[in-house]
Amino acid sequence: MADNVKPRVKVPSKAKAGEVVAIKTLISHPMESGQRKDKDGNLIPRSIINRFTCDFNGANVIDVTLEPAISTNPYIEFDALVDASGEFKFTWYDDDGSVYEDSKAIEVA
Amino acid sequence: MTLRTRATMFAAAAALACGFGPAMADPAEAELVVNEDITITTKAPAAAHLEGHLDTVYSGWLFREAETRKMQMDDFDNPMFVYAERGQEAWDTVEGTEGKSCANCHGDIAEGMKGVRATMPKVNAAGNLWSMEDFINDCRTNRMGAEAWKWNSDNMKSMTTAVSLQSRGMPVAVAIDGPAAEFWERGKEMYYTRYGQLELSCASCHEQNYGNYIRADHLSQGQTNGFPLYRLKDAAAVSIHQRFVGCIRDTRAETFAAGSQEFRELELYVASRGLGLDIEGAGVRP
Repeated sequence: MADNVKPRVKVPSKAKAGEVVAIKTLISHPMESGQRKDKDGNLIPRSIINRFTCDFNGANVIDVTLEPAISTNPYIEFDALVDASGEFKFTWYDDDGSVYEDSKAIEVA
Repeated sequence: MTLRTRATMFAAAAALACGFGPAMADPAEAELVVNEDITITTKAPAAAHLEGHLDTVYSGWLFREAETRKMQMDDFDNPMFVYAERGQEAWDTVEGTEGKSCANCHGDIAEGMKGVRATMPKVNAAGNLWSMEDFINDCRTNRMGAEAWKWNSDNMKSMTTAVSLQSRGMPVAVAIDGPAAEFWERGKEMYYTRYGQLELSCASCHEQNYGNYIRADHLSQGQTNGFPLYRLKDAAAVSIHQRFVGCIRDTRAETFAAGSQEFRELELYVASRGLGLDIEGAGVRP
């Protein structure tokens, strides 16, 4: 239902073993809260990203429940400890059932 | 404690408070470097035409809190890049009856639009003063056979953002002489005209009181070199004319419309007050 939804992720390409790296994610999404009314007074139905997860080589790193008060284009930044080369997998779950995915590889030198 | 020493203490406290006030409200001592690469001039000696009005011009960026300033220093953190990406996509998309995209005539946006934002608004071939939005819609309707975009639509803001970014780090370069002179004079007159029930002119806040607070708002010089920019309060991009509407509304006046001739002239004059500053491409403000 939501238009122009596009995930973006920033992960360093290289890290040392055991290093904690900062990961930044942003998804363009209107995050309609379900509280607002249109100009005819009808409630605009809720349409938000309700869950975000990040997995690293199959192990869960973070699992976030998002609520209607979170504003447009949710930006989530977090740290992850990297002990081996692998791939971060990011998943956003939309209220309308859509699932948006992105992934980024990281190399441990 | 005698009455006299108490009075002295009050005086000292008052002096201390006064001493702290302006110091905290001054523009920040900070340097704007985007992506640890592009250095943007945010403070410069004022242009000659501002003699007697301003000595130094400051970008609005310097009047914002550290965390807001930081968002503009990294393209990933800067929410305007959502708009920039959409604008870039629209640039390459064929639309309208002529079967053309922007790229068909102007080529790569990085080449074709380099430095364009820095010269806006400017006088077109027919002698009219046009903002970037006018040039975009002229191309759309006359060359592409597509529908014009509304001034403050997301499509328009996405395109102006993508185009503005091609001038990032380049100095403001609006022409105010020659055919632009008459528009500039009218813009200047408007800048110093008091509007609304509060009887405020642009200069009342942005020339005479920048650095001070108007209730909770830290007044900047009202420079436009950062536009189009992302307003955190609106969670959306804001155009120059949109901000003009907001300011005049705040004086409790009936405002001109975005895209009106009055605002084009004001846009030219305000842009010329930023001569010396660099275009920020896509700013972030609270």
